[in-house]
Amino acid sequence: MADISITTKGAREASEDESGAMHTAGDITRIRLQFPHPPARPDQPADFSAITVPEAGILPVPPLDIEAGGCRDLALGMVRVLDDNNQPVGPWADYLGDLSADRLRQGLRDMLKMRAIDRRMLNAQRQGKTSFYLQCTGEEAIGCCFQRELSQGDMNFPTYRQQTLLVAADYPLEQMMGQLYSNALDPLKGRQLPIMHSARDYGFFSISGNLGTQYVQAVGWAMAAALTGTGKIAAGWIGDGATASNDFHSALLTASVYVPPVVLNVVNNQWAISTYTGIAAGKSETYAARALGYGIPAIRVDGNDYLAVMAVSRWAIARARQGQGPVLIEWFTYRAAAHSTSDDPSAYRPRDEARAWPLGDPVERLKAHLIARGDWSEERQVQAEAEILDEVNAVQKAVEAHGTFVDPQPISPAEIFLNVYADMPEHLRRQRQETGY
Amino acid sequence: MARMTMIEALRSAMDVKLADDPSVIVFGEDVGYFGGVFRCTAGLQARYGEERVFDTPINESAIVGMAVGMAAQGMRPCVEIQFADYVFPAYDQITQEAARLRHRSNGQFTCPLVVRMPTGGGIFGGQTHSQSPEALFTHVAGLKVVIPSNPYDAKGLLIAAIEDPDPVIFLEPKRIYNGPFAGDPHGKSVPWSAHPAGEVPEGHYSVPLGTASVCREGSAVTVLAYGTMVHVAQATVDRMGVDAEIIDLRTLLPLDLDTIRASVEKTGRCVVIHEATRTSGFGAELIAEVQEACFWHLLAPILRVAGWDAPYPHAQEWDYFPGPDRIARALQQVMEA
Repeated sequence: MADISITTKGAREASEDESGAMHTAGDITRIRLQFPHPPARPDQPADFSAITVPEAGILPVPPLDIEAGGCRDLALGMVRVLDDNNQPVGPWADYLGDLSADRLRQGLRDMLKMRAIDRRMLNAQRQGKTSFYLQCTGEEAIGCCFQRELSQGDMNFPTYRQQTLLVAADYPLEQMMGQLYSNALDPLKGRQLPIMHSARDYGFFSISGNLGTQYVQAVGWAMAAALTGTGKIAAGWIGDGATASNDFHSALLTASVYVPPVVLNVVNNQWAISTYTGIAAGKSETYAARALGYGIPAIRVDGNDYLAVMAVSRWAIARARQGQGPVLIEWFTYRAAAHSTSDDPSAYRPRDEARAWPLGDPVERLKAHLIARGDWSEERQVQAEAEILDEVNAVQKAVEAHGTFVDPQPISPAEIFLNVYADMPEHLRRQRQETGY
Repeated sequence: MARMTMIEALRSAMDVKLADDPSVIVFGEDVGYFGGVFRCTAGLQARYGEERVFDTPINESAIVGMAVGMAAQGMRPCVEIQFADYVFPAYDQITQEAARLRHRSNGQFTCPLVVRMPTGGGIFGGQTHSQSPEALFTHVAGLKVVIPSNPYDAKGLLIAAIEDPDPVIFLEPKRIYNGPFAGDPHGKSVPWSAHPAGEVPEGHYSVPLGTASVCREGSAVTVLAYGTMVHVAQATVDRMGVDAEIIDLRTLLPLDLDTIRASVEKTGRCVVIHEATRTSGFGAELIAEVQEACFWHLLAPILRVAGWDAPYPHAQEWDYFPGPDRIARALQQVMEA
């Protein structure tokens, strides 16, 4: 059987065979390398027994000026606010204080809207109306909640799985879908792969697609914000897989050196396409713990607990804004859907793995909490889901009238040549003329 | 007028821009307190403070990545990569990020940054301090690529680069930092103070990007060169007594094809010179453009003189460098064709 490896406890050594015997050839020990494996493959039952889920409410809220050395428990443990009865407990719940029902219902609606968009756009891709789509199912609480805690003018440096930030920033759905259809409503004029949004006015930096590059750019943006005295902060986003990239380390290093107002988010959704998170983690106990070596405070958080996301986002953003420097947050979650419409996860992980995820579903958990508070009901949930789906459907229909891949209304090829430079150089002008535009 | 070396001229350009634009910021390895291993930023931190001129970790990707984030917000970073040979960790940030940000965001975010780096050989730097990677940048849509050949142009081009709205790769031929180089390593070194282009105004002026300079007029053959090779070509042509027209390209991207075309149409012959390795070098691009624009005016095949397609050697530097003898042979061959 494959060696079962980590998420919370560090990868198990693979230097022994099944009998536990070391292999030797003469006097030379045959050294065996470690190749981390996920706990289960498609033909096996889902198995998250290696993941320790700590009790809610046991970790303290550190002072805003905490140093990395004081963060060990926070980086190795997991901040959770909602307990098994969907009640907020512990110091982080106290930190949030009394939350209005409206604020929580807004969070639920954001997540439902995100889920409706994902469902509709996945469907549109299956119908051939767009070339590509990528869902964020299971991760909705993180971006939806974090964005609501930011202020106008703060800037996210997202990955392609943070469309939640756009939804919670109230980015017009027409523009979002226009980009996904590469049609006349696309603010990026058909230049970018669907899902690679850019929305400066909504605090959403242009997505690259080369993983990790945005992380150190977030540090640069935050440095510029400090140098020019804007009072704004930056938020870098990266997945667990891309923590392996050079620029993850470049970002931590420069954030550690210059101490700019940046929140560095790691969304650990356990999978990098087909690659198990252990391949990026190696012997590290948590991604949060990596930051401690750079002298950056870090906290690991239950990313499927909307209230935990709210509490830690609020704390980290306040810390950055107050000039206390960078902080890294590992959002512990699970990528419930395929990596993208080009991916089939049944080829590399158990089909029922999402259902077995020990931290549950963020929508269900917030809904249960609202119901427990007496501020929501199953009936209202059904009604809200229907209303939101209607709203999304209506926009989708209107946007599709401007063209889809099935019914194209092509964007002018002249757009290829615009905005390569501020002023079009002669050689590009000649090439544009060659296209006939 | 003041006499400056290329180092002093570059420093003066940054000084002028740091003084007149608060969004200009200078950083890189050893550029702050110490003032750079080639001294290009000496004294700037003392004058403008640590928030404007500072040292960075040895991480080129971080240097350019930070600059992209700053430039996207509207600052104008002018960063130094200590040697062009060290730029490769930043290649991702330069080619996939800085170069494309305006296009991929449809102008929501732009990237007005300058990446300065000493380039080329001739200083016994071996393979990690001598390379000429210009073609790796001219192949990238969205970048501008500049390489000056004298102090006056260096200052004017660097000011233009810092003021440019798009990312500029600014290559500084390190062999001619302190004086022009005729191509003979045993020859007497000449300081910039003895050269007319060592005269550099103290204040603000710019040399527009995208314009070549005809630095020697002639009618027999057109020589296309840039950086150090402009001087080697001039010395060779003078020694041979050929009536060559030498064009100092100054900006490789965008290329001043009008100046090149006018010259080759006049001379009917062309030799292209660069230090960089030959295969897929920028010379290939130049020859393609010239033959396409001037084919019916050509009297001879266009020749290239370039570095050999081998890593830049240390001890055999002058066997590798495309020096006067090789240039002379090419000129002779083209003239006799």
